[in-house]
Amino acid sequence: MPVQALSTMTDKAKVEISIDGVTYEVNAGSNLLQECLSLGLDLPYFCWHPCMGSVGACRQCAVKQYRDEEDSAGIMTMACMTPVQPGARISIEDQQAKAFRAGVIESLMISHPHDCPVCEEGGECHLQDMTLMSGHNYRRYDKKKVTHRNQYLGPFINHEMNRCITCYRCVRFYNEYAGGEDLSAQAAHHFTYFGRHREGTLESEFSGNLVEVCPTGVFTDKVFSENYTRKWDLQTAPSICAGCGVGCNIAPGERYGELRRVVNRYHSELNGYFICDRGRFGTGYVNDAERLKTPLDGADKELDAAAAQRQLCEIAGSDGGTIGIGSPRAGNEANFALRKLVGEENFHAGYSDAEHACMQLIAEAASDPRFHNPSIREIEQADAVLVLGEDVTNTAPRVALALRQSVHNKALELADGANIPRWQDAAVRELAQQERSPLSIFACGATRLDDVASDRVIDTPSALARNAFELAHRIDSDAPSGGGGVDALARIADQLLAARRPLIVAGASGGDIDLIKAAVNVAGALRKRRGNGGASPVDLCLLTAEVNSMGLHLMTRPENSLGAALRKLSSGEAANVIVLENDLYRRAPHAGVDAALAAAGQTAALDLLPNRTTAKADLVLPVTAFSEQQTSYVNYEGRAQLAYQVHRSHSAARPAWQWTGGFEHFRRALLDCADSIPAFAKLGDVLPDTSNLPNGIKVPRQSERYSGRTAMKANLNVHEPKQTQDPESALAFSMEGVPPRRDATILASSWAPQWNSNQSISKFQDEINGPLRQGHGGTLLLEKRSESGEYHPLPAKVDGAGLELLPALQIFGSEELSSRSEAIRARMTGAYVAISPADAQRHGLQQGQGVTLSGAGGVTATALTCIRTQMSAGAVALYVGDAEIDFHGLFHGLGARVELAPAEAPEGRGLGELIVSDLARGRDYV
Amino acid sequence: MSTKTEQLIASTAVSTDYLLDAEIAEIEHERTLYPDTRAVGLEALKIVQKHRGWVSDESLLAVAEYLGLPAAELEGVATFFNLIYRRPVGRNVILYCKSVSCWIMGCDQVKEKISGELGIDYGETSADGEFTLIPVPCLGDCDRAPVMMVGPDLHRNLDRKNLGEIFANYRDRQD
Amino acid sequence: MVSNPLTRNIDFSRQPLELAAYEATGGYHGLHAIARGLDPADVLEQVKESGLKGRGGAGFPTGLKWSFVPMGEKAPKQKYFVVNADEMEPGTFKDRLLMEGDPHLLIDGMLIASYAIQASKAYIFLRGEYTDSERILRKALAEAYESGYLGRNILDTGFDLDIILHTSAGRYICGEETALLNALEGKRANPRAKPPFPQVSGLWGKPTIVNNVETICNLPGILAWGIDWYRSLTKGNDHGTKLFGISGKARTPGCWELPLGTPIRELLEVYGGGMRDGLQLKGFLPGGGSTDFMLPEHLDLNLDYDDIAGAGSRLATGTLILLDDKTCPVGMIGNLMTFFSHESCGYCTPCRDGLPWVDEIFREFERGNGTYEDLAILEEHVDYMGPGKTFCALAPGATAPLGSGLRYFREDFERHIKEQRCPYRH
Ligand SMILES: Cc1cc2nc3c(=O)[nH]c(=O)nc-3n(C[C@H](O)[C@H](O)[C@H](O)COP(=O)(O)O)c2cc1C
Ligand code: SF4
Ligand code: FES
Repeated sequence: MPVQALSTMTDKAKVEISIDGVTYEVNAGSNLLQECLSLGLDLPYFCWHPCMGSVGACRQCAVKQYRDEEDSAGIMTMACMTPVQPGARISIEDQQAKAFRAGVIESLMISHPHDCPVCEEGGECHLQDMTLMSGHNYRRYDKKKVTHRNQYLGPFINHEMNRCITCYRCVRFYNEYAGGEDLSAQAAHHFTYFGRHREGTLESEFSGNLVEVCPTGVFTDKVFSENYTRKWDLQTAPSICAGCGVGCNIAPGERYGELRRVVNRYHSELNGYFICDRGRFGTGYVNDAERLKTPLDGADKELDAAAAQRQLCEIAGSDGGTIGIGSPRAGNEANFALRKLVGEENFHAGYSDAEHACMQLIAEAASDPRFHNPSIREIEQADAVLVLGEDVTNTAPRVALALRQSVHNKALELADGANIPRWQDAAVRELAQQERSPLSIFACGATRLDDVASDRVIDTPSALARNAFELAHRIDSDAPSGGGGVDALARIADQLLAARRPLIVAGASGGDIDLIKAAVNVAGALRKRRGNGGASPVDLCLLTAEVNSMGLHLMTRPENSLGAALRKLSSGEAANVIVLENDLYRRAPHAGVDAALAAAGQTAALDLLPNRTTAKADLVLPVTAFSEQQTSYVNYEGRAQLAYQVHRSHSAARPAWQWTGGFEHFRRALLDCADSIPAFAKLGDVLPDTSNLPNGIKVPRQSERYSGRTAMKANLNVHEPKQTQDPESALAFSMEGVPPRRDATILASSWAPQWNSNQSISKFQDEINGPLRQGHGGTLLLEKRSESGEYHPLPAKVDGAGLELLPALQIFGSEELSSRSEAIRARMTGAYVAISPADAQRHGLQQGQGVTLSGAGGVTATALTCIRTQMSAGAVALYVGDAEIDFHGLFHGLGARVELAPAEAPEGRGLGELIVSDLARGRDYV
Repeated sequence: MSTKTEQLIASTAVSTDYLLDAEIAEIEHERTLYPDTRAVGLEALKIVQKHRGWVSDESLLAVAEYLGLPAAELEGVATFFNLIYRRPVGRNVILYCKSVSCWIMGCDQVKEKISGELGIDYGETSADGEFTLIPVPCLGDCDRAPVMMVGPDLHRNLDRKNLGEIFANYRDRQD
Repeated sequence: MVSNPLTRNIDFSRQPLELAAYEATGGYHGLHAIARGLDPADVLEQVKESGLKGRGGAGFPTGLKWSFVPMGEKAPKQKYFVVNADEMEPGTFKDRLLMEGDPHLLIDGMLIASYAIQASKAYIFLRGEYTDSERILRKALAEAYESGYLGRNILDTGFDLDIILHTSAGRYICGEETALLNALEGKRANPRAKPPFPQVSGLWGKPTIVNNVETICNLPGILAWGIDWYRSLTKGNDHGTKLFGISGKARTPGCWELPLGTPIRELLEVYGGGMRDGLQLKGFLPGGGSTDFMLPEHLDLNLDYDDIAGAGSRLATGTLILLDDKTCPVGMIGNLMTFFSHESCGYCTPCRDGLPWVDEIFREFERGNGTYEDLAILEEHVDYMGPGKTFCALAPGATAPLGSGLRYFREDFERHIKEQRCPYRH
């Protein structure tokens, strides 16, 4: 039997129960609340959460339960804590149950400040919804309220404790689900308080989910608060987070031309109910004053669109050939349009060469029938995990959150054995205590998953690769040996072999191709050695770095790396270059970029914010940001997903596919891509099925209550401006159309009668935690080939002097666009070099001091010293952030080494915002 | 070095020699009694309180640090229980029973007298730093109500007359 | 034959008996029987047969509770036995007497209980304020270790037992057995959901039995003198003796060991000496602060679980709190409400937010501001915090004196409203 997540019941059998005299079929093994909600019935609740199970704290979900037909008295029971029993008879409508539920609300509202008009939750508040639903309306309590002091919780989250209804959801999410340690329930009785030990930034990378998990306005989105709009006044469309390669589904909201906020958009296979803080708080760059608004020539003179377009065509069409450099942060259509413009042979990848090499391997593994690339939901189901090198919390945070759930499977298994229902959350945790499913991490230093790791192998990149190869060899002796190996390998091998659903994780962000090879070998070895000859594919999760790394890869020839493009330009093999949404200085050694751009006749750059590459371009074309255009992206699984346009850009910016491809309509660009490139054959499936939309009628982006149209400029006149038309999608910039209820194919923000909060999502799921009624979004593009791959040979050992260099990546700062958002910038550190205490001492480096790195070919950089007790000796990790450091000049390839020397500390951000568990203090290294 | 960096380093640098050797020895003894560190956390708070009278922020952080427990969680535990003091207390803590049997037997009147004598209400510490008055649920000596504890000692059958003597004894105590 | 097995060694004019002296009175008989080959199933059987019911409040049959612990090969190896010595129920003062009067009796009982469920580790969860009990128990535990009655391979039986004395950091809810487990684990002492019961998943997720001090102190006698003897002790339907106490304005308040089934009147008049001069009994709580009021008309009932239940209350801890006619019932209930409201753990809504409201209303009554509407709100809250509606039994416990008080002393509430002051205050 496969291990299933909390959400999926062990027992899918159906039983009949009667609710208020009506017989229903429900899932056996579930609880009454979840089943009532799955049935679409309205039963109020607070402490229960679809993903976190039941604890029975709030007492809001009370129903009457009757023994049998004769029993008319019944007993009051909490639906969330009551297992579904065949033949159960319950009543939601019972007068006593109703009165009790109203009483619970009355209690909860005793000390509530009733500040709905100024509350950021107003209008989408679960407490408001439940208050009305329960029928409590008249306030009788006339005594003093309990009040609390609020805490400063950092740049993301506001704290307004007086609104708290003590449902314990925040700490249950933050601590138990997300592994955060700096939020807790404090004090007792009606003084119970939820906060930090003392004021300060909430450390968890998932803190933003508190905004949605809290059923009222205790934890609110600070960035949004500063520029607040009610939910119904936001123009919202289904979109995809562009923060990393996972492609979480999000619902960005716009008002007055500004992107105001991002909230989670439920996807049963991917993000579920949660996204990370990069995704939620990292889109401020869209509103940046520095956005490129008009086309510019090389002298920064503004051009009109037609002239700019003409110049671009000249560059593309000129003799001597024009190189196109694509972008992993641009959508498929933009990349495809450029590819079409310059020709496939001239289209080059826009990520680093190291990443390019990784992407070849990842794609190869993706089509290998031995492996399955798991969705987030599937990752949660793993019962033994091996993470090789990838610092998941910083590169694909949502995956880290899923891995954290995977270790809980041991507890669920124990619960099954003890006949404790899986949804009895506290009971399951108490039973299991510290027992977890194994999670082994190979890394050069501490990671944010260490607290749930069963084994950690910490070493230099080259030693990690050898160990990982050896691990594969221990599992299957046919796999090449890495020689030696740490003691833990035997244990890890056993755990992986014993698991029902083992999972191997690696990724491209670190540019470590050897670890990806090792991951393939380990997964391959497992596949071979697992029971019944390895009948089912092994989960191998190879993460891609950016929102469309995979899409870019699929349309780029393997030999067309960025390095190759730069060489062609430098050598004169090609004359011009068009750079799509890319700062080449972040991708390649600076010397190489400088030489290529100097040699190029003409450089055109399309981007949304100025950067070092646009500064050197002869033609700069402004493009729309992710929320201002419609586009499709391909995530790490090969899942193509459609991001709708949320709002219009009011500048001369256009989607890149319009500039380069001359496509009039998005649909054409997408279908052309699908037709032209075999890997994209199924891309058309991401387009919505509009057959159930009556001719010409669209789905509104604005809610029925949207106030604006005539009021927004009422001081000038109340003339109703003509609605902006959206010829590109099935959505309208309007409040008119077919609202995305039940069977609509497009659901941005959910709303149902009586359910204004995000919890209305249950009205759109086929059952709680199940797919949305219209099925889940996106389409998997990658096909399996018929023949299996082979083991990768052990890479040759590269020796050298100095310390092995690798990138240190940070959730806040390592992604280019989000790092230009104000909220994220408030959490960023200066560039630093993570180093072990021993190496720091050897080099005479002190914590926080400046350090100069020198690599091969005379490349140097200066950063702050960051001494970390867990860092492997012999390796250093360089975090670049927004410093202008020639990272790829230093990290010219795997095994690159650097020399260090003390230096003056660079100005700028210090290390103050760094959140790591192992920052060395005086005694650790003196 | 930027000030932020310095702040960071300062804020994480709980002095390692904060905990007394005696405290550490007792904490280590507790470790042998419980299979899980969290349980030791609560015991450690009690130990620190025994030595210092109360649990300051620094003490709480030092315990958290020493045992590798999250400070927030420890704070949640420390503030839950009645007998962990998160504010300074006087040399002698008076746990004054105000539950039902003592109430019937007139504890409110006796309390007024104590307040008058020491100049403190519930939650307060006398000006000379000798006494802190804390109300406590039923002390389990209801047949000899009203009762109170001063430090570790139980005093029964309180009435307005015998108080002065009791407090004088504590004032005179040398330790 | 012994007729007061719980208190026979207790004499507060001297130090409690040391191990040898305790043993000389027939103590540790059970342990020696175990050494002679008594097996755990036999112990369980005897305890079941004895009809012993828990003395911690709920009166659940002890043997039955133990029988839910998974035994045998497949059962988890580690099991725990926990003594609930948190005694914090207002008006309850019986466990202290046992621990301070005869500490070895408790250790003796713990050995028997731990052996029966094969627990190798036992904790005494002792109220932090019980400093004398702590001192006395520590001494007795040291003696027991010294004599080889605790530790590894006790008396060559192959049975190991460590007893760890844990002092609570203080909260009434810690007496609730699952909250107690959380407190022992160093967590916030919120209760846990039941099921799963501690017998299956308790302390650190392992099978655990929690018993009250007095319950455990019954065990040595049962093993030493047998079931027939134990059953013969009673005067009523429930077996054995029990500690009964009286606080409030009786002539001689105190705590005595009496046969179950003793008439309440006998307890009050013979042992408590009747009411003080000039006072009449107006009502009483039969078993601590979370039991329903009973009235003078109930004095002829017997101190038996069922008899008291028949009068709408609970025997619970068996320590009576007397309300006399010169003491304000509204004030007395208000005092209890302040206690319960402050001691609510804050986990579930009705208790956390209902009790403070109730408490506030009582304060208004005291100030002379009570209204009929307030009275109605109080009545609603009795139902609102009733059994099954809250997460644990604390709030329903609080509604016991509240609901019965509103019923029996309504006139007093109304006088507060009408006279706009407390009529008992002069
Ligand atoms: C709020 C609350 C407080 C309690 N306090 C105590 C207590 O102080 N001592 C005790 O033995 N039982 C107490 N109990 C009862 C325990 O939960 C449990 O039933 C008892 O310890 C079981 O022991 P027994 O079976 O030997 O009676 C309390 C219950 C509740 C709901
Ligand atoms: S009834 Fe609820 S709030 Fe009250 S003590 Fe029990 S769990 Fe805590
Ligand atoms: S949702 Fe059922 S008790 Fe909170």
